[in-house]
Amino acid sequence: MVSALDRKALRDLLRLWAQVLAIGGVLACGVMVLVLGSGTRASLEASRAAYYERQRFAEIFADATRVPETLLPEIAAIPGVARLSPSIRTSAVIDLPGVSEPVSADVRSLPVSGRDPVLNAPLLRAGRMPDPLHPDEVALYAPFAEARGLMPGDRLSAVIEGQRRSLTVTGHVLSPEYIYTIGPGSMMPDDARFGVLWIGQDAAAAATDMNGAFNSLALQLARDAVAPAVISALDRLLAPYGGTGAHDRSDQISHAFLQSELEQLGAMALILPPIFLTVSAFLVNMVLSRLIALERAQIGLLKAVGYTTGAIATHYLKLAAGIALIGTVVGWGAGWYLGAAMTRMYADFFRLPWLIYAPSAWPFVLSALLALLTTLSGAGRAVWASVRLPPAVAMSPPAPPVYRRGLIDGLGAWAHLQQTTMMILRAITRWPGRAAVTVFGVAASVSVLIASFFTYDAIDLMVDEIFTRANRQNVTLILASARNESALDDARALPGVIRAEGAFVLPVRLRNANREELSSLTAHPEHSELSRLIDDKGRQVQLPDHGLVLPEGLAGKLGLAPGDMVTVEALAPPRETWAVPLTATIRQTLGQDAHIAAPALFGLMRQTPQVNQINLQVDATQMDALNAAVKSTPAIAGIADWTRTRSQFTATIEENLSISTVIYSALGMLITLGVVYNAARIRLSERVHELASLRVLGFSRGEVAWVLVGELMLLTLIGLPVGWAGGYGFAALVVQGFSTDVVALPLVVNRQTFAYASLIVLATALAAALVVRRRLDRIDIVQALKARD
Amino acid sequence: MSTPVLRTEDITRIYRTGAVEVQALRGVTMELSEGEMVVLLGASGSGKSTLLNILGALDLPTSGRVFFRDTELTRATDRELTRFRREHVGFVFQFYNLMPALTARENVGLVTEISEDPMRPEEALERVGLGHRLDHFPAELSGGEQQRVAIARAIAKRPELLLCDEPTGALDSATGISVLEALCEVNRDLGTATALITHNAGIQAIAHRVIHIADGQIAREEINATRLDPKDITW
Repeated sequence: MVSALDRKALRDLLRLWAQVLAIGGVLACGVMVLVLGSGTRASLEASRAAYYERQRFAEIFADATRVPETLLPEIAAIPGVARLSPSIRTSAVIDLPGVSEPVSADVRSLPVSGRDPVLNAPLLRAGRMPDPLHPDEVALYAPFAEARGLMPGDRLSAVIEGQRRSLTVTGHVLSPEYIYTIGPGSMMPDDARFGVLWIGQDAAAAATDMNGAFNSLALQLARDAVAPAVISALDRLLAPYGGTGAHDRSDQISHAFLQSELEQLGAMALILPPIFLTVSAFLVNMVLSRLIALERAQIGLLKAVGYTTGAIATHYLKLAAGIALIGTVVGWGAGWYLGAAMTRMYADFFRLPWLIYAPSAWPFVLSALLALLTTLSGAGRAVWASVRLPPAVAMSPPAPPVYRRGLIDGLGAWAHLQQTTMMILRAITRWPGRAAVTVFGVAASVSVLIASFFTYDAIDLMVDEIFTRANRQNVTLILASARNESALDDARALPGVIRAEGAFVLPVRLRNANREELSSLTAHPEHSELSRLIDDKGRQVQLPDHGLVLPEGLAGKLGLAPGDMVTVEALAPPRETWAVPLTATIRQTLGQDAHIAAPALFGLMRQTPQVNQINLQVDATQMDALNAAVKSTPAIAGIADWTRTRSQFTATIEENLSISTVIYSALGMLITLGVVYNAARIRLSERVHELASLRVLGFSRGEVAWVLVGELMLLTLIGLPVGWAGGYGFAALVVQGFSTDVVALPLVVNRQTFAYASLIVLATALAAALVVRRRLDRIDIVQALKARD
Repeated sequence: MSTPVLRTEDITRIYRTGAVEVQALRGVTMELSEGEMVVLLGASGSGKSTLLNILGALDLPTSGRVFFRDTELTRATDRELTRFRREHVGFVFQFYNLMPALTARENVGLVTEISEDPMRPEEALERVGLGHRLDHFPAELSGGEQQRVAIARAIAKRPELLLCDEPTGALDSATGISVLEALCEVNRDLGTATALITHNAGIQAIAHRVIHIADGQIAREEINATRLDPKDITW
């Protein structure tokens, strides 16, 4: 049996459907983002954890030049090492029939035993693993095989360590080391251009001259191990063998990318919901305050006939709970749907063997509780203020609002404002709290939109900086080993090459006091025209004759300012340690590597200048001929095509951005819609008498609407600059959240972005106000004058 | 008494709420002339407010015609009716209908700002004896003072027609008389045709002409040979 009061609550919900939906919509956004962010994160995290566990993903990784297997017992004896898995790792250029451009690949060895490696075991997806007794058998990274249509039984030709080999594909595999795969010199996964080959240990050893030795090591730690101590011990052991510095998972590219994505999702679930929940709390408060004000006499009557204060308060709180229920259910539905869609999108990026959308229950429970708490706390004050009135007081009409003279009067007289405008200004100053809610809601909308739109500005700047200002080469050749500068003459002889400049890249560990970072040091030739350094104004930075130039981010991590001394430890021959001054910092959006003038580096190394990378400016029509020449040159280990990288980068980014931009625009507009619509409805309900009086006095519909619409638009205008500031702050948070060691998003918000966000919010606010204006136009003047609140 | 300012021809007004039909007016023909003060007297529910609303173009009759001078209001558009109210009519209601957010001066200013040749707000307020309360908000004024602000607001545009719906209904006798005095002064000094509805029979003595309304019809009309000053009427 539904009680009469409950029936009233239900009917109130139905009667106020437009306002209830407007609040429920804002509430639903908060619930949705929470469910979406944490649900997607939980799904990704669970899939990753299960995958890591099952394939025994290592915790410490180290590469070296050539380590004899006899060192293994010593490594195993490092306190904290639980298991270790040595392997051989090299690179290859794959030659596919009918494919002009060279395809590069990582080559990984599989144990002689034929069993899975102890750590980082590949997961077979099709066919079988290579037979260790057959050196020409190879398993391929599944996405690469699929992109190139290579099936088990197919053959391919690869140049490994300068030797051309013909290989037979036995199967497709995935690996926990390659969930997110980017090739050398690339910024994004490109499955058609970069692959991974798994071959038998003997074959790998023969190709790399590693019999009885290895060059890559993975460790699993004991439960109580201290990772930094193990890394130091391992570095000491591997140093004589060309160790390039051991690192934990945070420097493993695939893991680092996935981790930063998970953190972004977490941040989204943390930052956005409070905005929406706060706005909804205010809205519920506004709407219920008004509803209760209108029902003052009814409340008095209920009390007079014997309802307790508690029963009446519960009635209105149920109404609030009803709004929470609607917001929660809609938010759950949208969050579930978008979460599943987003998880599918992730499956394209992150090569997990399984990615099941399986959100845990807690975001659902938590979001429902938060929604309930939000609406109840919003309702609480309004309910309390009115239910405690004695019945006789409640049944008499409320005292009219008292206005006082203030600053506004001076303004009105000075600016000769119309009386209708004065009515707007007085209403705002009379109820500053309510005006603040509207301003806050508008500002929140603008912030959300700016934080979403500015990514286009940042990406544009990045693309311009990376591809137009900093890297003017369209091809970078990666040499199999360092050569003297005569290699540049060979490069210039390649087809289509207009200009060639060398570079020398050295793996280093940079240290300042107790802070250290693994990095690579690039030596640039004098008067470099192709690969240039750019400052934060986009101007070319001339490399100083001596000393180091670091990206701001890396300098920050090391706690360094220009003028400080940096300890540079070369992790490749000559394996020396130098103290070098930091001469300048630069803004660098791609990569976090250190820079030095070539003469300065080779002076430190006491060697003649060398190159191990060659940047080329190439006639685009000659690319095919160049690719063919590169494929037949074993000295070239890899090739990065900047033109292709650029188009791929912009395409991927734009696809991802357009989805999130649509979602955030909708969210931003919903806040404005909810806030302005409710404010307008409440204002209309309160002032219907006044507005009808204006009509009687001969004011036109438009003039009367101005009092209503003008107030809301004025508040919207006040909210805009607040939103600009908030949006900039949000953008800074986004920059922090999205920047990785590979890509540093610049904090730049263009004027157009401020303008677009403002225009969208203004238009939405105007639309919401005009919907309410239509109600105003339909009001019967005579009825409105008769009905006294 | 000269040219009629406003006249009605056999107007009826039927309200439909759901299945119920209420006939508020049943064929009213009347006119109001320049400088004339007419009191419409009737019990509550007699249809006098409906008549006043139609005279002021706040409502349209179900049948019949209404003319303001030579213009037929019953054929006018919404925009034209708004202009009619704006330029020619002043209203005074029982509950004042002042804007609580505006001071006395500003409430009057509300109308003078949109009028062709208005009085200054201060002049209109002085005329109703409120020259000393210009900058008070409605909440700071007594009921009689608020009603006099409403009258000042109604006359400030120098209307040709002043329509008053129970202007003293919410006031005690002393305050009510001061409000009636203000209305009579305006009628005399400005020559504004004034229609005043009331259920208080004592008030009829201040009118040139009294129209008795009952059951939505004009029951009878009387012309007062001698008018009384408001302070002499019996309340």
